Amino acid sequence: MTAAGSTAIAAAGRPIAGSRRLSLSWVGLVPFFIYTGLFLFLPTLIIVVGSLTTKDGAFTTANFSGIAQSYLVKAFGASIVISAASAAVGAVGGALLAYAVATGNPRGVLRRTVTSASGVFAQFGGVTLAFAFIATVGYTGVVYLFLKDHGIDFYPKGVWLYDLPGLILIYTYFQIPLMLIVFLPALDGIRPQWREATESLGGGTWHYWRYVAGPLLAPSFLGCTLLLFANSFSAYATAAALITQGGVIVPLQIANLLTSETGRAAPGLAKALALAMIVVVLVVTTLYTLLQRRTSQWVR
Amino acid sequence: MTRSRRFKLQLFRITIFIVLGAFFLVPIGAMLEFSTRGNAINAPRNLDAWKNIVQTPELVSAITASLELAVITCLAMLVLLLPTMVWVRLRFPQLNRAIEFICLIPLTVPAIALVVGMVPIYRWININLSDSILTLAFAYLILVLPYSYRALDAGLSAIDLKTLSEAARSLGARWGTVMLRVVVPNMSSAIVNASLISVALVLGEFTFANLLAYENLQVAINYVSLVDAGTSIAVAVAALLFAFALLMILSFVGRPPVPVAKAEDAEFRVSQTVGLSGGLIGRAGR
Repeated sequence: MTAAGSTAIAAAGRPIAGSRRLSLSWVGLVPFFIYTGLFLFLPTLIIVVGSLTTKDGAFTTANFSGIAQSYLVKAFGASIVISAASAAVGAVGGALLAYAVATGNPRGVLRRTVTSASGVFAQFGGVTLAFAFIATVGYTGVVYLFLKDHGIDFYPKGVWLYDLPGLILIYTYFQIPLMLIVFLPALDGIRPQWREATESLGGGTWHYWRYVAGPLLAPSFLGCTLLLFANSFSAYATAAALITQGGVIVPLQIANLLTSETGRAAPGLAKALALAMIVVVLVVTTLYTLLQRRTSQWVR
Repeated sequence: MTRSRRFKLQLFRITIFIVLGAFFLVPIGAMLEFSTRGNAINAPRNLDAWKNIVQTPELVSAITASLELAVITCLAMLVLLLPTMVWVRLRFPQLNRAIEFICLIPLTVPAIALVVGMVPIYRWININLSDSILTLAFAYLILVLPYSYRALDAGLSAIDLKTLSEAARSLGARWGTVMLRVVVPNMSSAIVNASLISVALVLGEFTFANLLAYENLQVAINYVSLVDAGTSIAVAVAALLFAFALLMILSFVGRPPVPVAKAEDAEFRVSQTVGLSGGLIGRAGR
């Protein structure tokens, strides 16, 4: 039989069976699409449409120009500073930890414990995490009291735990483990042979990191740092539990605008802010994905 | 490797493990310490804060609600997601990427942003359906979607779904039988994974409940802390240790099976999955 003939038979046979099945098969997917339509796409649509309309439903861009108000610009600035700082600290800390893990026994108990614990700690956040730090370095916290008894007072000019520096410190707690999880595969891909090759060519430790391992790891490191940035940029609960008044960062401002308790509930502006946040996170995670793809070319 | 370099490396590793170990464990120990403090400065340690948990009706009802939500979300996730994923693999493989994309969307939409769009929907639900806290399960299912999708996807990729289901069908099994007696038993560890992570996420959830004005566990802990810091920290530690236990079980027991022949390859895939899920990890709790 010719190739053309077999294609013709297959083509003739398929539509009948296919269409009969198809008419019933679709039903199986309906619940999933209805549910995600109602609780994932509808909220997104509400955000997009709501940010572009007034309360009466007329088109407006006022909500977006509303973001230019000084207190919101300040909140965006603070959000970016906190996210960048905690991402930087978390990336360096996590990379050092990952290196300490990667240089150990690949099947050892230590490695397994650290990676498992990181998976757990990276999930840790919110109210409980804020409390943990209040109980540790808060004004009645055990570490603060202990150090104060020994002559070290790290609050010489008042408590900074409930402000931006405190948020950076606390966010580091979930950033470091996340960095370990996402960066370890890249470090594992570095072969000891490459170091030996560098040495046999007369290079030292500096040459190895500057010309071999550094350039290889740089895209992954950068990508993971971006992911950490997105991670702390979207965090809300920890800050909400720690900072009870005012909206220091964007998520807190959104919450303020949503709840009418403050007397200035502005759903349109809240939606515009939400959309701005989504766009930032989307851009950052896209860059992360692109950089990770570069790394996966050589990691095996 | 020279001797001095090996020594330096070991010194570096030990320092890192001690410093970071302290950074991660001290806050948890501090919470335990805080929750057993006496009322006065020199009062002896006691367990009053822990006893107060059961004597605070607000906390008891919030704990009950959160546990119920965890169970409902978990069951709804399995009922909605598993059959859909199986069905797509068998009948609409061309839609596989689309379903994956949809399931991973909640990762790029911060919870605090998503809740803004949920407020009007929940206003409608409150008026027309029910104002019970259990309606939060609708929103929580969205939150757990990416994580449970990853877990179930790993399980489904490990079995030959097409052959299994065709074999069962040719022996006269109905689709329900195929699902419950063929698919589910073959991927039980993936199902356990997806369930554990869903339960842990729901128990730690604060953003949705707080902004949709429901009092779940985390919201209640936050309120109680204003009145009685010791008790709220005691509940927080208890909830935390419970979630830690669940997630530890998850990361130690529930690993995808590693085929012997391609161990190295598989290990890479496992670490990649872990890496990915790490990248997707827990904005829900924060």
